[in-house]
Amino acid sequence: MNKIFLVIQREFMTRVKKKSFLLATILVPLIFPAVIGIMAYIKKQEEENKEQEVVYLLNESDLVTFDDSDRYQYNVVDGPLDSAKAAFAKSDAFALIYVPSIDMESPSGIAFYAKSSPGLTLVRGFERDIERQIRDKKLTLAGLTEDQLDQLKTEVSITSFNITESGDEKKSDASSTFWISYVMGFLIYIFLFAYGSQVMQGVIEEKSSKIVEVIVSTVRPFQMMVGKVVGVASVGIVQLIIWILLMGVFWTVSISLFGIDPGQTQGAANQMTEAQSNEFFAVMTQANWLQIIPLFFFYFLGGYLLYGALFAAVGSAVDTPADAQQFMMPIMLPIIISLMGLFMFVFEEPDGGPSFWLSIIPFTSPIVMMGRIGFGVPAWEIALSMILLVGGFIFTLWLAGRIYRIGILMHGTKVNYKVLAKWLTMKN
Amino acid sequence: MSILSVNNISKSYSEHQALSDVSMEIPQGTIFGLLGPNGAGKTTLIRIINQIIEADSGSIHFNGTPLNADHIREIGYLPEERGLYKKMKVGEQLIYLGQLRGLSYREAASRGKSWCDKLEIRDWWTKKIEDLSKGMAQKIQFIATIMHEPKLIILDEPFSGFDPVNANLIKDEILELRDKGSTIIFSTHRMESVEQLCDHIAMINRSQKILDGSKQEVREQYRDGSFYVEYKSGEVQPSGDYQVLETEEIGRGLKKSLLQYNPDANPNDLLKQLITQVEIHSFVERIPSMNDIFISLVKGENPDLVEA
Repeated sequence: MNKIFLVIQREFMTRVKKKSFLLATILVPLIFPAVIGIMAYIKKQEEENKEQEVVYLLNESDLVTFDDSDRYQYNVVDGPLDSAKAAFAKSDAFALIYVPSIDMESPSGIAFYAKSSPGLTLVRGFERDIERQIRDKKLTLAGLTEDQLDQLKTEVSITSFNITESGDEKKSDASSTFWISYVMGFLIYIFLFAYGSQVMQGVIEEKSSKIVEVIVSTVRPFQMMVGKVVGVASVGIVQLIIWILLMGVFWTVSISLFGIDPGQTQGAANQMTEAQSNEFFAVMTQANWLQIIPLFFFYFLGGYLLYGALFAAVGSAVDTPADAQQFMMPIMLPIIISLMGLFMFVFEEPDGGPSFWLSIIPFTSPIVMMGRIGFGVPAWEIALSMILLVGGFIFTLWLAGRIYRIGILMHGTKVNYKVLAKWLTMKN
Repeated sequence: MSILSVNNISKSYSEHQALSDVSMEIPQGTIFGLLGPNGAGKTTLIRIINQIIEADSGSIHFNGTPLNADHIREIGYLPEERGLYKKMKVGEQLIYLGQLRGLSYREAASRGKSWCDKLEIRDWWTKKIEDLSKGMAQKIQFIATIMHEPKLIILDEPFSGFDPVNANLIKDEILELRDKGSTIIFSTHRMESVEQLCDHIAMINRSQKILDGSKQEVREQYRDGSFYVEYKSGEVQPSGDYQVLETEEIGRGLKKSLLQYNPDANPNDLLKQLITQVEIHSFVERIPSMNDIFISLVKGENPDLVEA
């Protein structure tokens, strides 16, 4: 036991003493908010400075009209379509919209020409505009007056609440919950890769520098592997704690000093009103950080132990990082599935079947459960997922240990999956 | 009294038999040469003694007790595949390796420093390994092997990769350690160092022990009754009692012949016969070198002697 501690201590100290550790630890909490802030600022500038674009319009229908707006100035051109297209091609106009004489019931043939592929939201904006005009026309035909039409327009803003079992109400906000989930899931993803590959590199380094045999004559290979995995984990945790503290300090300092409204950094695109951004802020501060942060540490550690062991096994089986590529796929696959599951299922339906299973299965649960956590997850699901994750990393540590003990003493052997399977079953 | 008893050790890797039924006694306070060609099973045996791998069958006793984790403290091991952490400082490295062998931080630091003084590399204490020359790194490896004052020191091909100056230095240290009471197992396929250093040898070939004994015993065993004779005036003629294997001129009017005689007969009788023929300047038995024995055994040229 004492010797595992020595190994952990060495792994920890050699990494923490590196200049790169100091740099990363201090710079990351500075760089990330700065990058997000700069990008939000640029986006805002761009929106504000946008010049009015000229759009050529060939409108053969009397159902719809186009009025100049802040963004678009419409130049009516003459038909037929071919000559309009030719004129557009020669001009430096932004786009050409062609509306044929359409039938109200099945408007078809409307076309949008541009010199480069238009963004999805751009075309969607024109579609909405035309749909609205046709709907208004239909309503007028059904006998509604213009006043009545105006009265139909109602602004609704839903305030959603989460009610806990004890009956406490808490304001929830889909966008901030989304951000919490997104950031948590993504952080775990980055950490798994970053620290996992550190373990692998460490093992390969020990193999290639040939220190390994000296060490295994004093400690069991399994102790050596666990010591390395835990040593790197402790570096990760220390780094994480420093980051959380630094970010907390920056957050409070920047709010109190400059009065920066955190809602603004979401970009002007969200068009948050004062009230909304206050709500966002309220949710951020109300979010159950006392639950989220410990769980984050648990899933970070659990997921890391699970994958770190596998990374160590791969490192032990190869002689150079290049050889490791062939064994990386089966490790990376579940990590990538987790991330895709986060986008495809969790954000759409956090309580749905796929989200549930992905957050229970140990190989995907660290990322997916952290993605779900902001939306609220029943306690029994969290408990089940945690128990399975512990079982999962015990299993991978055992599995990796079997490969590691043989692999670290092998030099210059060609290793494939068949060989790995043989090592697994080989006696000591 | 033997410090290490190896009893009927066998070990196989899937299809490959690495050791079959190997037994040997390693006497306390000797330099024990473990010889054999590459792939014979030496490293496997050494790894089993170091508890890196386990034998399939058989047992090993260290000073009478079955080998266990406590003995890690008593053993120093310099593997054939050896290296150091490149990014660590010399001092940190020695302290770490010393602690892994059971020294306290303080003991490891003070012993590491005094050894560095002894080998004149104290200035390097705070340097990183990657900034060291290969010879320096070899000294560090050697210090790491012996700094915890092990009773048993196992050196696997210790001189491979050492430059001649360091090799001599290490040789002297090895002899000094032996004189202080340590036992040294010295695995190699380079016979000249065996000739110089070893008191006792065992030879392994194709997973089996084929020879074991003190250096003198082994040589005695492989005497084949051949003699070198240097002489003037005339030439030795073969007779019914001996054969002339070869004859050459060696200058100053001298000739040198190699004679094959009956190993069990009295050499005086041979000498008597020679005196009548020529003027004898020197008469000496040809003792086989370790190298000769090694090569003849490994090549199987002496199959009848293998079981000896």
